[in-house]
Amino acid sequence: MSKISRRKLITTGLVATAGVAGLGVAAGLAEKYGLIPPDHRGIYGLGETLTYASQRLLTRHSLAREFSRSQISKRPFPNEVEPPTDEFKRLQAGRFADWRLSVNGMVARPASFSIDQIKSYPSHTQITMLQCEEGWSYIAEWTGVPLSHVLDVVGVLPQARYVVYFSIEPDTWESIDMADALHPQTLLTYGMNGDELPVGHGGPLRLRLPRQVGYKNVKFLTHLTVTDNLKTFGKGLGSAAPEGGYAWYAGI
Amino acid sequence: MRATWYHPRVGDSACLPSAASAVSTTMVDSRHSALVRITHWITTLCFLALLVSGTEIVISHPRFYWGEVGNDLTPTLFKLHIPASRHLVPTGYGYILPDANGWSRYLHFQSAWIVIFTGILYAIFGLLTGHFRKNLLPGRADLSWRALSKSIAGHLRFQRPSEAEAWSYNVPQRLSYLFVVFVLFPLVIWTGLAMSPAFVSAFPATVNVLGGQQSARTLHFFVSLALVLFLLVHVGMVWFAGFKSRMRAMITGRAATPGTATTAGTTMERI
Repeated sequence: MSKISRRKLITTGLVATAGVAGLGVAAGLAEKYGLIPPDHRGIYGLGETLTYASQRLLTRHSLAREFSRSQISKRPFPNEVEPPTDEFKRLQAGRFADWRLSVNGMVARPASFSIDQIKSYPSHTQITMLQCEEGWSYIAEWTGVPLSHVLDVVGVLPQARYVVYFSIEPDTWESIDMADALHPQTLLTYGMNGDELPVGHGGPLRLRLPRQVGYKNVKFLTHLTVTDNLKTFGKGLGSAAPEGGYAWYAGI
Repeated sequence: MRATWYHPRVGDSACLPSAASAVSTTMVDSRHSALVRITHWITTLCFLALLVSGTEIVISHPRFYWGEVGNDLTPTLFKLHIPASRHLVPTGYGYILPDANGWSRYLHFQSAWIVIFTGILYAIFGLLTGHFRKNLLPGRADLSWRALSKSIAGHLRFQRPSEAEAWSYNVPQRLSYLFVVFVLFPLVIWTGLAMSPAFVSAFPATVNVLGGQQSARTLHFFVSLALVLFLLVHVGMVWFAGFKSRMRAMITGRAATPGTATTAGTTMERI
């Protein structure tokens, strides 16, 4: 073995060891600071973790772009919804007076809210874009109460890490981390373009999350659970999206 | 002579062995340094993955717009006359294709990450070793209109490349590689990121200067088309110049030495 190749061998060995150690340290830090998405396993885990971690570091407090009134789309595309369930039809017939949003999990005071109760909280109106992962988009004015306000009302426990949210539609549920849950633009939305939120757009209640694409903006919201562990929900991948082959984090 | 990727002297065509003229069929290292070869093939794999997954994503909504917004209810800038994987898209076809956006989006972003890291590695290497300066930047004399038009005319007449060109890139080749590396790749990454609602929340200017999120998507499509065009011409030229020898050079780094000393001399001067 020549001197050069021995030196090369030692250098390569040191670089490899440093690389593995560095990756280990990085993984530990990422876990500590909540930078690992629940769907980090599998062949696409690397890309998903890099996307979530980098966007979480860059965008923890950044605000989604807001637009002027003149930019509001005249023809917002509602996308398709499943045919309404009997329960939905019953609630709709009663003008959603009996609609309830229940909140439980890691909260001090589990509660259930009517739409009127939610409307009684300080409202927030914002003109933001809804964009679908398919590529289409529209801009609308959305009115609702920041999710953070409702989380304050129920008293989120300090160890909470995620908010899981469910639709009245079967098997439709998503989850977000606390950075998104407490973000000022994350709205429990009941109004659109100065009117009631139409059923086609998720009325009476939809979670609007303008920094993530459409499918995280779940329609017909009925239930929230605050948790520190997503493994106990569904297949443990974080939400219904990864169970259907889609990424849990959808900021891109 | 072993190819050592970190050694600047052995970078690509800059190093011609002194015994080059002795036997015209001698195989020598190294036409392409190991780092150029590795980053080339990683980029190739990623580009193919990005192309397949990007096509699948387009199939879910083969309509393009300009400005901030656009959807099935608004006029298009143009649309592709292909069937879609969503039945609400008015395509004129009576059937829909299977939804492939889940894995396509996962694969698209993972490949993008790998190609970004590969690109950074390649850029650092290119600057440190002088790869860009020696192998990609054309000499001043070669950039005169006469030299350029002569070279382009040669390409248009499908003249076979000289033996020297097995050891060095010609000028249109250098310019197109520089354009791909320093214009198209940064542009395709930028226009891609400008579609991300979270990314633009932190860097709104990246989408605003493009004229809106749908403009970014349309530009992303056209830059991708330009990259596909480059790929087709690139593979075509490799085929034309000698598929086996060029592939061998890019896989193993080895190439046949130029036949005569004068050819080698010309090559050296050009570099």
